[in-house]
Amino acid sequence: MSAQAIIEAKAVSKWYGQFHALKDINLTVHKGERIVICGPSGSGKSTLIRCFNRLEAHQSGDIVVNGVALHGKMSDVAAVRSNVGMVFQHFNLFPHMTVLMNCMAGPMWVKGVTEKEARNTALKFLERVRIPEQANKFPIQLSGGQQQRVAIARSLCMKPDVMLFDEPTSALDPEMVSEVLETMTGLARDGMTMVCVTHEMGFARAVADRVIFMDAGQIVEEGTPDEFFSRPCHDRTKLFLSQILKH
Amino acid sequence: MLYPDTVEAEILVHKPWFVATMFGVVLLLFMAFNMSGTSFAELMRPVIGEPSVSGFYGRFAIAFAIAVIFTLNVVLIGFAPLKFQIGIVWLELLLLFIAFFETFHLSLPFIREKLPFLISQGVVTTLYVSAISIVIASVIAVAGAVAKLSSNGFAYAIASFYTSFFRGLPLLMQVYLIYLGLPQLGFVINAVPAGILALSLCYGAYMTEIFRSGIQSIDRGQWEASRSMGFGFTLTMRRIILPQALPVIIPPTGNQFISMLKDSSLVSVIGVWELMFLARTLGQKTFQHMEMLISAAMIYWMLSICLELIQARIERHYHRSKAR
Ligand SMILES: Nc1ncnc2c1ncn2[C@@H]1O[C@H](COP(=O)(O)OP(=O)(O)O)[C@@H](O)[C@H]1O
Ligand SMILES: [Mg+2]
Repeated sequence: MSAQAIIEAKAVSKWYGQFHALKDINLTVHKGERIVICGPSGSGKSTLIRCFNRLEAHQSGDIVVNGVALHGKMSDVAAVRSNVGMVFQHFNLFPHMTVLMNCMAGPMWVKGVTEKEARNTALKFLERVRIPEQANKFPIQLSGGQQQRVAIARSLCMKPDVMLFDEPTSALDPEMVSEVLETMTGLARDGMTMVCVTHEMGFARAVADRVIFMDAGQIVEEGTPDEFFSRPCHDRTKLFLSQILKH
Repeated sequence: MLYPDTVEAEILVHKPWFVATMFGVVLLLFMAFNMSGTSFAELMRPVIGEPSVSGFYGRFAIAFAIAVIFTLNVVLIGFAPLKFQIGIVWLELLLLFIAFFETFHLSLPFIREKLPFLISQGVVTTLYVSAISIVIASVIAVAGAVAKLSSNGFAYAIASFYTSFFRGLPLLMQVYLIYLGLPQLGFVINAVPAGILALSLCYGAYMTEIFRSGIQSIDRGQWEASRSMGFGFTLTMRRIILPQALPVIIPPTGNQFISMLKDSSLVSVIGVWELMFLARTLGQKTFQHMEMLISAAMIYWMLSICLELIQARIERHYHRSKAR
């Protein structure tokens, strides 16, 4: 692929104390690319994408995001973070602010956007995730699916170059999963660069350019959805797929 | 309130066994006292004759009358709706309290004469000393809490030394240490600033712990979301964490405010003319100690009630964003 690389991880390793959580990870995410990461619980998926905006620090190797190498330097990290959106499993909305304010806070406080402009942007993205009528409610008054869509809108308001999703539908009741996945599919269609940790294989098949399978802190297998689902090479991938697709 | 059960509750004070027990206990209790000298015994004169010679029959009759009144009162209040119950019980306790003070035979004209000065000098000083101290203590508390949660060794060491020291020493000792100790180092300090300094440092130490636990009670996810959006530490603290920690922090902080109001009386020992100091000195010349002490006590109480009401209001305000 010739497109510009947005995230480049080279030989990344990370330890939690003695525990080797990421082992020699190499991964490049190009502009406009949609990547799905899957793998058993505890395999290091969250840890990896949290390294991409340095919510976690890696100990060896290099991570370059948008041309900025992530090290301990605060100004670099801040620059990267405001251009990398992240959506969490448990939404992590700010409960003391209205939905609208949740979306306006980032642009106003970090990017110095005027209140009026921030409001317009926020309303535009709330429209896009199809909940403009909830703008003046508090997060707790919304259903889980709605909260997650607000969280997506909140990230979008920062106009990120890449969005990271950490199991965005795992905490949702089944009937709300699809509304969030539809929102994410819409984003993908509009060309957003996305790295999604998810076990929604239907979404992976439909949207992903590349599926990555992790186990025990390593990337075991990667390929297009077609290769990945129909012709997995490794036994661990086959086992995982059989478990997850059984029902 | 606790989470109420929707099962219809039986009213305790209407259960026969409870009423009987209550009646019996009150009867026995008042029979144990010799009430023949009281004004209640005087009221009973038509029934028992001269109280002082009425003997066992008199004792029994008085205790019986009191037990009847008491039990009837409790049973009747049991019928009233909750709001009235609270109001009536408050009022009755207050009346008993006033009846107790009645027995001191306080000189009301003396109180009336001294009250304006007690308020204009004493209450004002008490209020501004505690208000300034509380503000300074809150600032110290935020800084202390952040320091105690930080991974900076110096900050942690200084903050924990500070809280340990100022929580570990009696406040009275701190007042003396600052007022008498600082001049040894070359800082001559007046009584009022010394008092404010002592109160601020002491309460700052307690409130550091309150703020720390408040900040820690906020979910990690809030920090992660803030960081993922590029918020710096100060911004996250000020706009995300502290506003959410406030509802946790406010009830114990309200406690500290009330406690500080009364502990400000300790600075009277270094001659600050606040409420307690005046209460002790104004009555001295004419040996009317009780008048001034009780007046001051009532004023302290009323100020505390004001603070309680303010606290309740703030708590209600923060409750709203939690309601569904
Ligand atoms: N803060 C932490 N301290 C210690 N170990 C951790 C920490 N976070 C995660 N781990 C460990 O790292 C491994 C990978 O965790 P994680 O990335 O959350 O897995 P996944 O998201 O794939 O389920 C797990 O074994 C987990 O126990
Ligand atoms: Mg995870």
